[in-house]
Amino acid sequence: MAEEITTTEEKTVDKDIAALLTSPPKRAPEPTPELTGKIVKPKIVQGAAAHYKPHVAKPEIQEKLGFPGTLVENWQEAAVAKMRELLGKYKSLQVYMDICVRCGSCTDKCQYFLSTRDPKNMPAGRAELFRQVYRKYFTTEGKIFGKLAGAVDFDLSLLAEWYSYFHQCSQCRRCSLYCPYGIDTAEISMAAREIMDSIGLGQKYTNEIIGKVHELGNNLGMNEAALRNAIEFVEEEIEEDTGVPVKLPINEEDAEVLLVTPSADFFATPHLESLVGYAKVFHQAGINWTLSTTAAEAGNFGMFVGSYYHMQKIASRIKQAIEELRPKRLVVGECGHAWRVAYAFWNTLIGPFDMLNQKYPRPQHICEFTLDLINRGALKIDKSANDEFVVTFHDSCNVARATRMGDKPGGQFDIPRELIKAVTNKYVDMEYDTIRERTFCCGGGGGLLTDELIDVRVKGAMPRMQALHNVMETHGVNFMALICAICKAQFTKIMPKYGIPMEVAGGVHQLVGRAIVLGAKE
Amino acid sequence: MSGLTLLYTLFAYVAIAVFLVGFLARIWKYATTPSPLKIPLTPAPVNSVGVVYRMVQEVGFFKSLFYSNRIIWIGGYLMHIALLITIVKHLRFFFKTTPAALAWITSFEIYVGFIFFGALAFLFLMRLVIDRTYYLSLMQDYVLLIFLMLIAATGILTKYYVRTDIIKVKQFVMGLVQFRPEAIPGDPIFIIHFTLVLLLLIYFPFSKLMHSGGIFFSPTRNQVDDAREVRHVTPWAVKG
Repeated sequence: MAEEITTTEEKTVDKDIAALLTSPPKRAPEPTPELTGKIVKPKIVQGAAAHYKPHVAKPEIQEKLGFPGTLVENWQEAAVAKMRELLGKYKSLQVYMDICVRCGSCTDKCQYFLSTRDPKNMPAGRAELFRQVYRKYFTTEGKIFGKLAGAVDFDLSLLAEWYSYFHQCSQCRRCSLYCPYGIDTAEISMAAREIMDSIGLGQKYTNEIIGKVHELGNNLGMNEAALRNAIEFVEEEIEEDTGVPVKLPINEEDAEVLLVTPSADFFATPHLESLVGYAKVFHQAGINWTLSTTAAEAGNFGMFVGSYYHMQKIASRIKQAIEELRPKRLVVGECGHAWRVAYAFWNTLIGPFDMLNQKYPRPQHICEFTLDLINRGALKIDKSANDEFVVTFHDSCNVARATRMGDKPGGQFDIPRELIKAVTNKYVDMEYDTIRERTFCCGGGGGLLTDELIDVRVKGAMPRMQALHNVMETHGVNFMALICAICKAQFTKIMPKYGIPMEVAGGVHQLVGRAIVLGAKE
Repeated sequence: MSGLTLLYTLFAYVAIAVFLVGFLARIWKYATTPSPLKIPLTPAPVNSVGVVYRMVQEVGFFKSLFYSNRIIWIGGYLMHIALLITIVKHLRFFFKTTPAALAWITSFEIYVGFIFFGALAFLFLMRLVIDRTYYLSLMQDYVLLIFLMLIAATGILTKYYVRTDIIKVKQFVMGLVQFRPEAIPGDPIFIIHFTLVLLLLIYFPFSKLMHSGGIFFSPTRNQVDDAREVRHVTPWAVKG
């Protein structure tokens, strides 16, 4: 009898593990939220988002990154040990585990909660999944009072919830802005993903891309020949369009500027238009610049999975490119999380940048770079080239809440706006609660930009879509300028579902590129 | 010395010791755990003077909460201010001759205990009424509020209704401070009040009340936004 019970239990566990590791079933797309122009605080619906989860990484993807191929046998023990390690390594995690008072301030701030209504998508609700385990194994309160005090055994069903809900967080930090203690759910979701990776439960999309960038130097997994082809194609296009032979130099030694940009800029639409814009800026300003095949990727998905090791390994390619090519300045293209890693982490990960010219920020954002040139009169601009557009600007979450441009706090909001206004005649801001540091994530950040999470992405974009819809209705806005490769990919994909044409989304340097007058300088 | 005095003298010392050691141990943990990366929530101050100003705004005015949720801010802010004033007023029990400034502050009758109780009751109600916080609330959230409300209620009783002899209270407290125990006032309401406070002190370091010390160690709020200018390095994060 006793034996029988054990077998049934084992079978259930096996079944649970199998369910955890299988891909989400294919479902018909869920209905897109209605565009009302309003962002309302919904009543909670428990479990409303429990069925979302990304594909689990296959063993070969995991093992390439040094993670166990599949869920290890003693996963619970290993996860608790990893949690102990991370609590000792990250002040943020340790402090944020302890000091939440569940005041409710964050509960109506996350785009995924506002759209899915699932309380586990409230920042404190999401973090609670982590805290339940923390209390159980690391607090006196939890050890004495157990479940009564919110301490929960780390079992398979909780692990399944971790996998689902920590992949419904885009690490955009909006919750941290509104938390009285600055508790940052991004830190908690990064730690959760790092723990899951360490026990063999990885997310396919992100980990596959980390593998690609280690192998080939960019997220798209293209080799040097493909990259050179793509760039040649861009050069031909520009010449066809303008009659001016604008070059995109690759691996040029001793150039003034090394441009590191997300690899999507070389292939994807509308990213490519921004690449054209950068090239025209360099060309017209007469600044000697280069791209690098070693550092053909500004993106760094190591951050999404919380792995310091992989983030540093990916970033080390930039350092290698600097050593190979000896540029004097380092400029980063339009990408939100990449700018966070570049601005806030590169100096720690691969610094100091003593070999670069100290007169300029190291690294410098392309918007800082271009606006500076315009302000100094180095570029001839014809704003009327953008007269068909009424432009608004979407502050990318990582740029807005984790970085800066220029010398002053808030430069990350003002500099892109000044740049847009310098190349267009018609500019309108979206609603107060959805811009600057209060901006919403596009819905596809933090490793969520994958097809099987499309319903989460469509919903996550809801607040931004409402605000955009408003300015489209009231001000005739027909262009939302972006400075992030993920925002661009996300919006062009999901906007049509809201009935908004994908052409409404485009890069800031797309506008810059259109307005630059090429040719001999006066 | 009566058995009751002995019991409460020991209880008080144990509670204070647990509080101090526990609190400082937690703070030590927060202070010594490294922050490998720069993660200030931007826009952030670009120098340490700015960080102090940011902290003052957060700790002194609950700025983030103010801009986030005005209702919770009102309840929370009133509660904390009332608590602060109450603690300051209680300091007079710890001085042989009350300092003039303290006496002056204490001389205002602003019914702060009632404000404290009212704010706590309001926060309790909000927890129940808002479906999002009702979902989040754990046993300890309610227990703490009830605990504080009981402390407030018994305090109010000793002050306005079943008046306790505060000269005797002062003698007892001074005795504790000077390590020569005096008799505890036998007034049951006072004893309940005092017991609850000691229990709260013991629970403090193990609870969410650590937000009081923890906020100062929150990296998103206490870091300077200077990642490009100053290389931030912590021991484990340096590549070996």
